[in-house]
Amino acid sequence: MQENVAPPSEERMAYLEGLVSQARTAAAVFTQYTQEDVDRIVKPMVIAGLEQAQHLARLAVEETKLGVLEDKALKNMVATEFVYNYVKDKRTVGTIHEYPERGIVEVAEPIGVIFSLTPITNPTATVLFKCIMAIKTRNAVIFSPHPGAWRCCQEAVRIMYETAVKNGAPEGVFTCLAEHTVEDNAYLMQHKDVRLIDATGGPGAVKAAYSSGKPALGVGAGNTPVYLEKTADLNMAVVDIITSKTFDNGTICASEQTVVIDDEIYDLALKKFADLGAHICDEKEAEILSRTVIDPETGFMNPMAIGQRAADIARVVGISVPRHTKLLVAPIQGVGPDHPLSVEKLFPVLAVYRAKCVEEALKVCVDVNHLGGLGHTAVIFSRNDAVIQKFGEVMNAGRIIVNSPGSIGALGGVYNDMVPTFSFGCGTGGGNSTMDNVNVYHYLNIKRVARRTQAHMWFRVPNQIYFNMNAVENLMQFPSRSTIIFTSQPLEQIGHADIVRRYLPPGTSVHVAVIPDAEPEAKVVMKGVETLSFYKADQIIALGGGSVIDAAKIMKLKYESPDADLEELAAPFLDIRKRVVQYPTEKVNHVRLIAISTTSGTGSEVTPFAVMTDKARGVKVTLADYSLTPDVAIVDPQFVMSMPKRLTVDTGVDCLTHALEAAVSIHASPYTDSNAMQAIRLAFRYLPIAYEHPQDEEARTMMHNAACIAALAFSNASVGVNHSLAHAFGARFGVPHGRAIALMLPHVIAYNASVPTKFMPSPNQRGFVAHKKYAMIADLLGLGGHTIEEKVQNLVAATERLLDRLGVPRSIAELGISKEEFEQALPDLIKVAFDDPSWRSNPRMPLQSELAKLFWSAYHGRSEPKEAAIQEVPAMEEVAVW
Amino acid sequence: MVVDSVWIKVEGSQVGAACDEAAAKLDNAGGEVVLDFSGVVRIDPGGLAALEKLAAKAKEKTAKVTLCGVHVDVYKVLKLVKLTTKFSFMG
Repeated sequence: MQENVAPPSEERMAYLEGLVSQARTAAAVFTQYTQEDVDRIVKPMVIAGLEQAQHLARLAVEETKLGVLEDKALKNMVATEFVYNYVKDKRTVGTIHEYPERGIVEVAEPIGVIFSLTPITNPTATVLFKCIMAIKTRNAVIFSPHPGAWRCCQEAVRIMYETAVKNGAPEGVFTCLAEHTVEDNAYLMQHKDVRLIDATGGPGAVKAAYSSGKPALGVGAGNTPVYLEKTADLNMAVVDIITSKTFDNGTICASEQTVVIDDEIYDLALKKFADLGAHICDEKEAEILSRTVIDPETGFMNPMAIGQRAADIARVVGISVPRHTKLLVAPIQGVGPDHPLSVEKLFPVLAVYRAKCVEEALKVCVDVNHLGGLGHTAVIFSRNDAVIQKFGEVMNAGRIIVNSPGSIGALGGVYNDMVPTFSFGCGTGGGNSTMDNVNVYHYLNIKRVARRTQAHMWFRVPNQIYFNMNAVENLMQFPSRSTIIFTSQPLEQIGHADIVRRYLPPGTSVHVAVIPDAEPEAKVVMKGVETLSFYKADQIIALGGGSVIDAAKIMKLKYESPDADLEELAAPFLDIRKRVVQYPTEKVNHVRLIAISTTSGTGSEVTPFAVMTDKARGVKVTLADYSLTPDVAIVDPQFVMSMPKRLTVDTGVDCLTHALEAAVSIHASPYTDSNAMQAIRLAFRYLPIAYEHPQDEEARTMMHNAACIAALAFSNASVGVNHSLAHAFGARFGVPHGRAIALMLPHVIAYNASVPTKFMPSPNQRGFVAHKKYAMIADLLGLGGHTIEEKVQNLVAATERLLDRLGVPRSIAELGISKEEFEQALPDLIKVAFDDPSWRSNPRMPLQSELAKLFWSAYHGRSEPKEAAIQEVPAMEEVAVW
Repeated sequence: MVVDSVWIKVEGSQVGAACDEAAAKLDNAGGEVVLDFSGVVRIDPGGLAALEKLAAKAKEKTAKVTLCGVHVDVYKVLKLVKLTTKFSFMG
């Protein structure tokens, strides 16, 4: 209940309950109406309003003693005809907008019962306007007019109601309180079946509406500043201002209150005002006005002056003016409490201020705007677009009217294309919930039916990939003035750099730069950039494993775009298409990057990733962007023939895991699947051979291809939780990446194949498919099995057998890490693994408790029964993976 | 237990008449009056008032009134005027 308002009597309460019940029933019945139904009702209402415009205007003037009959009639016509013109083709029932390209459909839901307060200044026009809006949107309204405009509003409601019901609207759709009491208003504002309060009126009504705790459209007072700038069309401006300020004797709250005039045109402007029927007050007259039409106690306008004629106001306060004086123009020297005429004046008294410059004029307008006019209306007359733009920026007003009358301009639809209204939202500045011209859409709940959309996916790979033995010969086709070969010392020493040099086109200036074969540091990168700059390189050949190729990618980035901020570029992201930071597109140098991989695992020669260590800051920087992808990849097995057995296994298991994780990734697509599946097939078949028979050229070739093909898959589908676990564990215990990966791999397959505790949001997939993907892999490998469960179990077993054959440690315990040491490290391992971004494309969202379980499974190795996990897979119906 | 029930088919715009008929049969219905609403695609305030009255009478007689085949648009109206708690629904 509103503060300090007693509840109505029981008899009165029964009356109010009856009104609400009737309105609620009408609103409920109204929900069944179609668009055609409501449109059939609205049109005759509009015609009735037009026909009765003069009648209602006369009633309003007679009752309120405010305003001008002709203007009120015009307002009634605008409230019907102009509003109808705006709403007639608008859909307000059922589907109102469709956005097929976004899969969004907007559906209208009526509000129900609206409790509406209407003002004394625009009484009947506001009722007509709200009735049309309510019918158009299938709502019922209980009206509570201003007590000074009760009878005319009741008549307006009657006309609208009878016309509406005659044309099919539900009975009870409009009612008007029989009399005005604060208690009734308070009771209805609190009523549980009143869904919205639409309060058009003074600050008291608006405040009461917002204080009720109900959703409210409370729109109210203004204080419109006008800037009459020196480039303005003065004749037009003065006529517009007089037209607006005298319209209905200034009762529209958007009408002009203080005109700030540039010094250069001030005298001329005032002369034009005078020529057109305004009286320019001298200092003494202005002083009289300021203490009569403004209440010295409250500082607000004197209610007795509202809506009165200028000549009548002058007569009452003792200023002698001709009988037909349209407007009293009173110069003021400032804005605020010391300058009473700078407040809102809903009568034909206009303050004017002489401004010495644009800056001062704008500041005075800001002052007026903030003196009770926030969010409402501001007006400018100018031909200077820059000044108009600045005015729009500094005014806090929902309606910034340019070169047209404020009051009629703000109503919309007459002087501009704004939405016609009789309710001006003033935004938060005015304590309102909207800054719009209130319209039919504010009388609707708009529902959005959002269909599942298929996200755009991609498959981005280097332009050119050359593979198989002696693929390095293809270097001949890449002309270059200056080529830098970045490689590691061991590779340089065994002659790999010489092989590369041999196949560069004649005339190429070549420099070999040896860099450490470890995760590149910032200083290594910057030294490389210096080398590139010194030799004015136009081609980089990165010859090495992942570290060397990663270093070359970052060197290229910094060489081409020296201002690139690596720290900023390494900012985390969820979706590469929506990431916050953008990689530079403007380049000061252009260089081709050719990557020649000398290991069969990372696939860095085709990936868009690069990792470096910033030792100065003690952080690891991971860069990911397709612009980092090498231009050319050469996958020539001659560079891996001498790879040590241990490295063969570590990199080979990494390759297999890339493919397995890409296959079940939530970003997997038919494009990545084709690569992932092929890489898995090749790795299962050739990795053991390459390990056991390092000189087997076919095995080496196929594994080298497998690593590259797997990288094509995970470059576009990403990896999964296996990598998160391995990153955390490897870093903590100094275990090589491939070995750490191997420890987790069978456990992760079993885990991913089980029904997730938490599903990963995956808009690109139809349901949970990881277990089916694993079953497909088992089929591809010919592992047998009849059910999905059997196939997954067979894949886990086959992976176990492969790892056994490769001689990798099968448990963390085997590495000599004690249970106590591991247990102590576990909380950190879980934290680091959870922070690792790799799992964000995993088919299961790993809970931290599940990460712990996986770590323990890896600790114990095969002793942990995996079948238990796999048995959780339900017998799902056969649905397509894609 | 087998109970006799009275089945009344409601014609589109005759909700009031059907409710009156149902009210009259409440005493003799044995256990239940079923109003078949499948032919009612829109309900007006008069129909709602008749249902309200029928619900009150059924409560007084501790009889059960079931509305069957109510179209969802009509059901929503009944929901909005809080009549759904006063009847049973079927189909």
